[in-house]
Order: sequence, then structure tokens, then C-alpha cells
Amino acid sequence: MSNEPKGFVDIRDFCLSYDTLYSEVEAVRHVSLRVEPGEFVSIIGPSGCGKSTLLNAVAGFLKPTDGTITVDGEAIGGPSADRGMVFQQYSLFPWKTVRENVEFGLKMKGKSKHQREIAARTLLGLAGLLAFENHYPDRLSGGMKQRVGIVRALATGPKMLLLDEPFGSLDAQTRVIMQQILTNMWQRLKISVLFVTHDIDEAIFLSDRVYCMTARPGTIKAEIMVPLERPRQQAMMMSSEFLALRRGLMSLIREESLKAMGGEISDLALQGLSIDLHGQSLADII
Amino acid sequence: MERLALKADAAEPVDISPHVAPEISSPEAAAAPIAVAPIAKPVRRWLALNRGRLWAVVLGALSLFAFLLAWHLLTKYRVNIYVRFLNVPAPEQVLDRAMRAFGDPKFFSHVVLSCRRILIGFLIATLVAVPLGLVMGRFRVIRELVFPVSEVFRPIPAIAWVPMSIMLWPSNEESIVFITFLGSFFPILINTLHGMKMVDQVLVRAAQCLGASEVAIFREVYFPAALPHIFTGLTVGMGVAWVSLIAAEMISGQFGIGYFTWEAYSLVQYSDIALGMICIGVLGLASSAAIRGLGHVVMPWARTT
Repeated sequence: MSNEPKGFVDIRDFCLSYDTLYSEVEAVRHVSLRVEPGEFVSIIGPSGCGKSTLLNAVAGFLKPTDGTITVDGEAIGGPSADRGMVFQQYSLFPWKTVRENVEFGLKMKGKSKHQREIAARTLLGLAGLLAFENHYPDRLSGGMKQRVGIVRALATGPKMLLLDEPFGSLDAQTRVIMQQILTNMWQRLKISVLFVTHDIDEAIFLSDRVYCMTARPGTIKAEIMVPLERPRQQAMMMSSEFLALRRGLMSLIREESLKAMGGEISDLALQGLSIDLHGQSLADII
Repeated sequence: MERLALKADAAEPVDISPHVAPEISSPEAAAAPIAVAPIAKPVRRWLALNRGRLWAVVLGALSLFAFLLAWHLLTKYRVNIYVRFLNVPAPEQVLDRAMRAFGDPKFFSHVVLSCRRILIGFLIATLVAVPLGLVMGRFRVIRELVFPVSEVFRPIPAIAWVPMSIMLWPSNEESIVFITFLGSFFPILINTLHGMKMVDQVLVRAAQCLGASEVAIFREVYFPAALPHIFTGLTVGMGVAWVSLIAAEMISGQFGIGYFTWEAYSLVQYSDIALGMICIGVLGLASSAAIRGLGHVVMPWARTT
């Protein structure tokens, strides 16, 4: 690996829409964002806001309707091993052992069996999975599967890592541990990370910067810096700094989530205050 | 003494380490129960672990025995209640005939010939249907071109092909192999296609993100992902291959186990009818077991134990 910084993502005026039988659906509208080399950036937003769409476009699975995405100055032509991806669903190949899964990207690069084995075992060791190298994925727990998924994406030496709600299906305890493992590996490897989640704590705990998206059509609503020092400890989640960030993000997201659920629901409606009973009790009306 | 023996007994099902016995050093404790334990323990554990399987074997043997007994009684008393057992051979007659047939090179050649037809027909069907199914599953154009034709031919039972097949091929042998081929072709094709449809697209995307080329994705993702379904197709196809083969041999054959069974009827060799039937059953069973075994070897990740 050379020393020049890599993994600079520049998204400009990104729009993505698709046609249905009746209309054109706008999924993402005029999004511009950047990930500096070595930076950890999260995108957070209500479900259906197009944050995964955006990530899939950076991965090269979707073409923007308008706007550009460049990584280190180059436009994206399609999926590539330069941008490792970890999916929300477990995506290990069930017919390959843990080590064969990790070796896959290197095999595609034409690396020799010996080289592959050394690289895979080193990375598996880092993730504490060496004992399971010869297991098939269906023997692993969810947390272990996602760890292998991360290791597999890192094995090719990508410029950056794209993660699409990777810990969404894990239980709360496992998720916190996985977050720490991820930050540890990220700090060692110094690559850029673009992380999509709907979990506010997760976004703050992991990131240098958080982009908050609006409900569909997705646009950037706010960009929040996370000034918490690194390395981060779980105890920081109780600090006043963290809680202030959390409160701010929470209200941003809440507004958008309510919109995403439909215009009818407002804060007032949720508390039942907007219903005019004309002086009668609810029971009388019903 | 009483208490010590009890203690050793209690530890038995939990602890499997061999050095439990020497640790109990008191001379009295080394008496009978502990001396027996090291040998009895593994046996007992094995019995406990395999209780379900042992039961299945016992029950299976019982039901087979009951069947043979019923057969024996029905034929011995020449039961005639609408269904007639007057001419049905008794099991002991069939066994006697089987003993002689197994030494008979003519019977042996019938069996070998049938197996050869199955092997050739089934192999060609596999070699054509699996790649075709894979390509059809991957490329829409090919699927849309081939699928309508295959849907037209699929409902036609292989046996209905017998007259056409005799016209098409220069010799009987080829037409029988062709019928066998047809019988196994469609189940293999349809299941391969289904397997391709079921491939989890997230695995394909994962492979793309790891730099896999189109060819590599086909080889490393689509093919192994479809393999379990392909093997389902092979198992079903093997069954239909036997059905088709036997029918074809009965209609147009001069050799083969199907022909042997039919000829036995014409020649009033009633024991041979049952012998032929049992033979077909055993061969069918053996060939599906062979496919299952192959699947086990080829797909180590799908093993349940």
C-alpha cells in the first residue's frame, strides 16, 4: 500500500429516481456529501429515505439519474474490490468455509493459494475467528457471520468500506461489541468508511461525521460533527457530550420518521391533543 | 463401599474422561461396578445416542418381516377374495429362483444391460440438462427461447415416445436409451432452473464487490448455490429414468430386466415376475442411494451432522 491518502469519496448533486407504471418515483434528490480519506462517516435517516440507495450507488450497483460520484477522482463504473461492502443480510457463501470466504476476493485477484492463506489467517486472527477458519457459515452465530463479512471485505485491501446496516439484526449486546471491533479494525487499517444505519447511538459512537437524511425523497437534512475523542469507550455513551448529540439527532430523525409514516401523524396527534371533542367526552362521541 | 459405588455411578453419564476410575484409590472402591464401567460406558452411551436410529432399524425389520409373512400366508392358502393369489409365487419359490438366477450369466446380462442403458441415458441427460438449466437461469434470452419448447414437450410421458423413438433411431438399443434420457431430462432441467431462480442475489452482489468476473460468479456463486436443487433434480430424474426404461424394455426390448419381467409372464415363469420386480426395486433404490452419496461428497456444507 502506498502512503498517499486513499478513499476520498465525493458525491455531487446525486439524484436517483425510477419509473413505475404510473409515475416517476424520486428516491434521492440532490445529495452532496464527502468522505475524506480515512474518515468514518455515517448516514442516518428514517426507513425508506434512500440511504441504502445512496450506498448501493457508491458500491456501483446503481447508476445516478443525475449528478456524479467519484472515488479518488475516478467515476464509478461498477462494483469493484476497491470498495468493500458489508450487507445487512448475512452474505457469506454457505458452500465455502470461513477461511475460503475470506480468501475469495484474493482468489479473484489471482493470488496464490499460499498468499491467500497467510492473508486470510492473519485477518481472521485479528477478528478473533482463527479457531473457526474451517467451519461452514451455518455453524456461526450472527455476530460471527458479520465479523467474517467485514474481514472478507477488508481482505482485498480496499480503499474504503461500505456498510449497510451491518449490525441491524444482531442483539444489543453483540452489536456494541461489534461496533468496537469495527472501530478497532478501522483505526488499524486507516481506510474510509461509509456506514448506513438507523440507530442513532451507533452512528454517534462510530463516526467522525454523521449525515442525517430526510424522508423520501431523500435529501441531506443536516451534517453533524462528532467531536468525541478516540479511541472511544462504551462508557462515553453516558457522557453529556454524547447525550447532547443524541438529543439533537433524535429530534431531527423523529421529525422525518413521522413524515415517513404519513402526514396524518404529528406530535400533537400522537398526544391526542389535536382531536377536538367539542366539550364532550370521547366515550360520548363513540 | 455402598456410598462410593453410588458416587462413581452418578459420575458416569457426565464424565467421559478415562482417568476417573484410577482416581478413586480406596481398595474397596476398585470392586466390580467400576471395573465393568470403562467397557460398558461407551456402549451405553452409543446406545443412548442412537436410540432413535436403532428403533427405526427394528421397526423397519419388523415391517419387512410382516410383509414377507403376509405374502407367504396369502400364497400358501391361495387366497381368492376378488384379488387372486392363485398363481402368485410364494416368497420361498422366488428366493429359490433368485439363487439359481444369480449364478445364471443370462440373468446377469439382463441386469447389466439395463444398468448400462440407465447410466448412458441418465449421464447424457445430466450433461445436457444441467448446463442448459444453468445458462437458461442466467440469461433471460436463452430462457425465453428454450422454455416454451421445453414446456410443450415436458407433459409428454417418456413412454409415449416409444413409437416415435423406434422410428427415429436406427436400432432398438438407441431408442431405449433415448427414452431413458427423455425421462430424466425434464426433472433435471426444471430443478436446475428452479435452483438458479432461488440463488440469493445478495451473494451475487457480494461476489461482485469482491472483484469477481462474470465467469467467476457463475462458477463460484450460481453453480454451488444451485447444486442442492440440481441434486434434487438428479434424484427425481433417476426415478423417472427407471420408470421409462422398464416401460420401454417391456414394449420394444429384447434384453434388460424389464424385458425379463415381461417375458416371464409370457413364458408362465411366475417366480421370475416377482424376481424381476424385486430386482428393479433394488436397482432403483441403489441408484438413488448412489446419487445421495454423491451429493454428500460434493456438498460437504449441506451435511446435517
